[in-house]
Amino acid sequence: MRVIFGIDVASMVLGGLAAGMVLFIVSVGLSVTMGLMGFVNLAHGGFAMLGGYVIVLAMRNWGIGFLPALALGFVVIAGVSIAFERLLYSRLYRASELDQVLFTIGLVFMMISTVTLTIGPENQQLMLPSWLQGQLDLGILHYRTYSVFLIAVGTAIVIGLWLGFERTRMGAQIRAAVDNRRMAESLGINIDRLFMFTFAFGSGMAAIGGGLGAEFLGLNPQYPLIYLVYFLIVVSVGGLGRVTGVFFASILIGIFDFALKKYLPQGGTLFIFAMTILLLLWRPQGLFGGKAT
Amino acid sequence: MVRTLVLAGAFASAASLAQAQQEVRVGVILPYTGVGAELAQQIDRGMEQYLKLNPVKGYKVTFFKRDVKDPGGGNARNVIQELLTQDKVDVLAGWVYSPNAIASAPVVNAGKKLAVIMNAGTAHITQMSNYYVRTSFSMWHAGYAMGETAAKNLKAKTAVVGYADFPPGKDMLASFKRAFEASGGKVIDEIPMGGPAAVPDYTPFFQRAKDKKPDVFFVFVPAGDHSSAVVRTYGALGMRQAGIKLIGPGDVTQDNKLQAMGKAAIGLITMHHYHADLTNAENQRFIASWKKDYGAESTPDFMAVGGYDGMAAIAHAIEATKGKLDAEQALKSLRGWKFASPRGPILIDPDTRDIVMNEYLSEVVMKNERLYQNTIATVENVKDACKALKIPPCK
Amino acid sequence: MSAPAYDLGRHPAALALVNRHRLRVWEPLPWILALAFYFAFPNHLGFGTDLLVTILFALSLDLALGYAGIVTLGHAAFFGAGAYTVGMLAHHGIWNEPISGLLMGASVAALIGFASGLILLRTTGLTLLMLTLCTMALLEEAANMGEKYTGGFDGLPNLPIPPLFGLFEFNPLYPRVQYLYVLGVLFLCFIFVRTLVYSPFGRSLTGIRENVLRMHAVGAPVNWRLVTCYTISAAIAGIAGGLWAQANAYVNLSTLSLDRAATVLIILVLGGYGRLYGAFIGAVVYMALSHFLAQVYPTAWQLGLGLMLVLIALFARNGVIGLWDMLRNRLMAKGATMRATKSGPS
Repeated sequence: MRVIFGIDVASMVLGGLAAGMVLFIVSVGLSVTMGLMGFVNLAHGGFAMLGGYVIVLAMRNWGIGFLPALALGFVVIAGVSIAFERLLYSRLYRASELDQVLFTIGLVFMMISTVTLTIGPENQQLMLPSWLQGQLDLGILHYRTYSVFLIAVGTAIVIGLWLGFERTRMGAQIRAAVDNRRMAESLGINIDRLFMFTFAFGSGMAAIGGGLGAEFLGLNPQYPLIYLVYFLIVVSVGGLGRVTGVFFASILIGIFDFALKKYLPQGGTLFIFAMTILLLLWRPQGLFGGKAT
Repeated sequence: MVRTLVLAGAFASAASLAQAQQEVRVGVILPYTGVGAELAQQIDRGMEQYLKLNPVKGYKVTFFKRDVKDPGGGNARNVIQELLTQDKVDVLAGWVYSPNAIASAPVVNAGKKLAVIMNAGTAHITQMSNYYVRTSFSMWHAGYAMGETAAKNLKAKTAVVGYADFPPGKDMLASFKRAFEASGGKVIDEIPMGGPAAVPDYTPFFQRAKDKKPDVFFVFVPAGDHSSAVVRTYGALGMRQAGIKLIGPGDVTQDNKLQAMGKAAIGLITMHHYHADLTNAENQRFIASWKKDYGAESTPDFMAVGGYDGMAAIAHAIEATKGKLDAEQALKSLRGWKFASPRGPILIDPDTRDIVMNEYLSEVVMKNERLYQNTIATVENVKDACKALKIPPCK
Repeated sequence: MSAPAYDLGRHPAALALVNRHRLRVWEPLPWILALAFYFAFPNHLGFGTDLLVTILFALSLDLALGYAGIVTLGHAAFFGAGAYTVGMLAHHGIWNEPISGLLMGASVAALIGFASGLILLRTTGLTLLMLTLCTMALLEEAANMGEKYTGGFDGLPNLPIPPLFGLFEFNPLYPRVQYLYVLGVLFLCFIFVRTLVYSPFGRSLTGIRENVLRMHAVGAPVNWRLVTCYTISAAIAGIAGGLWAQANAYVNLSTLSLDRAATVLIILVLGGYGRLYGAFIGAVVYMALSHFLAQVYPTAWQLGLGLMLVLIALFARNGVIGLWDMLRNRLMAKGATMRATKSGPS
């Protein structure tokens, strides 16, 4: 009985971790850009969607492998987002948050419409390579190979990001700018360039997340609107501009959501929203946020 | 500016029609944008294909296509109101979302025009307006037939039901459970699996079903993105190896999603009124024409057939009323109307104005390197069991 | 001592402040246009009714967002509360007289606004945005689950709404009565909101939006003012929701959806917030464009709509009204005097 219970908990944690990793990979860029510039970028999910399309279509039409396709998605979307940032976003840095909302929602509508008209409204299927299909023997239990893969990839990414944030010059600059932008600027940090870089990097991460998550979340033109709320929940609970905050928030929500779906499916979405409300009332700046917004 | 554009467009189309042929104006109400856009495209193409393969001679059919955007009801009502009063359409057609069909019933009643439902499957909708005729299905068609078959043909004793948590899903649960338990089976768990909009991660729900160790796992999710996620999660969790059969209505093996599901789909057993691999002559003609027009990769599914048969019903009503399409006569001509559809013989029930059709039990197999739905058994002339058994809210 | 005070009173800025609340010549125009629409487009009154309801809803949001600076993404909670109050009372045969039904809808919405405002308005920014959104989502899920009372996902169809004043029947096919009824209610609510924002209470709200610390410093009961404003805004949103339910004889989950809350926010920002008439302009531009564009291009209209939003955000500050201000200021600057001051939400 105890063994069965243990396996139960293990499978729950694994499933929740896998879902949480996707949330993390997509949302981390949103958190950093919002923390850095205070830019409300509701089109962030749009970059995840476009990235997902690049990845899935490249695999299908050009027959390239899953991992190279992920890299391609990152590069393409990071490049596209630099163009967007220089031509459009940069004009709105000094605008009010609400003008930014208007702009990014308009952008989302255009992305949805363009993809629908050029590629079609239907769901795009991610064809996983055979080594990621089926079950993996983990000793005490068999588990979905792809979930294990997601956990591994997510862990690698979070460690990489953490090192980049804590151990590099640019990471230090970003942290400084999130905490106090004016002070950072007066110390000679080029905020605009920093922002362009993080924006491109965050969008590229979102693209990878869009591709990795397509197996669970599907991939169609509506993607940026359907999952926007989840990305925003993760960012607000994690705290703006906090990589580790977003990570723990994603994991927490992933596992919590998984457990409730399994044991109390009748509750629907009730708990996830109730939990967000309680967490935010308890820690208004997010679990790991310090700065007043 | 926009208004003048619209008016100019209307005049232009009206002018080109003012020739010898009598014009019939068909108002089409579909979600051309949003989460239902893919379904709207299927129905839209189904209607076009019918007219292409079976031109209505002597009449010019003009479509007034309107986007209802969402299942909120409000847009659908406004669009229908304008179609009836401004565009003066002779017949209404479409309805993907059930809530829209429910919300628009009073307008349809007031407008007094024939209204052909081409998808919306909540059972009692046809009873909300006497002008509704349904050429798609009721959830009870497949659910009830599957419940009986699962117990009798598949010899299942226990079942777990997983369903999308909205009215069609609840209908499906109720119909399957009723038939399955009446035939000696037992439903041991019922799992609501999130709403219809976003595709959830199905892993936790399927994990729960797997733990219950039923003979069959009956799943209903909306056709579209959900179905492929279901099949892949089933495969990835190793439920087949655990001896649990995945069964469901045909939404799970929706034709235009089937090939992308991969080997995990082999062995799936579904009950539905249509799949693209049906071998009757009408269907072969339909498929050939479809692939010619929209590409070899594109496949019609049961949505498209709902549109095709709906257009057939409208064409019949046009000819029977000599293009006048006054509602009473049109409805009279459709009560008891029989048609050789790509899904086999169909009939509009003279009492309920709902469809009567065959249900096909099929299994997914691999044939010539592609997934193929092999028909195992046919249940003939299935009526909507909800209305036949008078299960509330059906009367 | 009195001389400078006298001079100060003659200062253009002071005059502008004193005369703010006076009726301007163009102000009857929207109402004339609304009546003209009634006669010019008798077959589009369903859309027209929807448009008027949206204007009222956007107006209620303007009170909270534009005047008090409460950035919320959950305003449909109150729209839905009003709609469900009217809908459930009518459906279960408890009460269905339209006008008193609206008042009940407003009361329930106000109650929810007051209770949630007390707790949520201590926060700001993204946190407030997410809290209001999640509260609304909770209500939506509750309405989805309480099928017995709310009709669940299918909603409550065919609400028995009796004739207005016992005389004027609500016809679903030709919604003339609905249109005029909603127009009348919108007019009354507008007069109320207009009076409110130019009252000392309204001025203090603007003060809070512009500089919270200073308002604290001058001893204004900031939190209390915000909660009061939020409650009034909720009540008006509740009226809008009640009108929607009555005009459609129907209520369902869409009244509580994020879709509705986000759309009304976009509409208000598009028109221009904190400007009373932003709600009117935004609703007309957004809804007319999406409605008529969708008729011509049922599959592609969203592209045009998105493009318009992007362009407005890029080239105007504070929406269409802001664009108008900018153009006017340029024209005036070209003229003899350079009196034009920097425009912005005020």
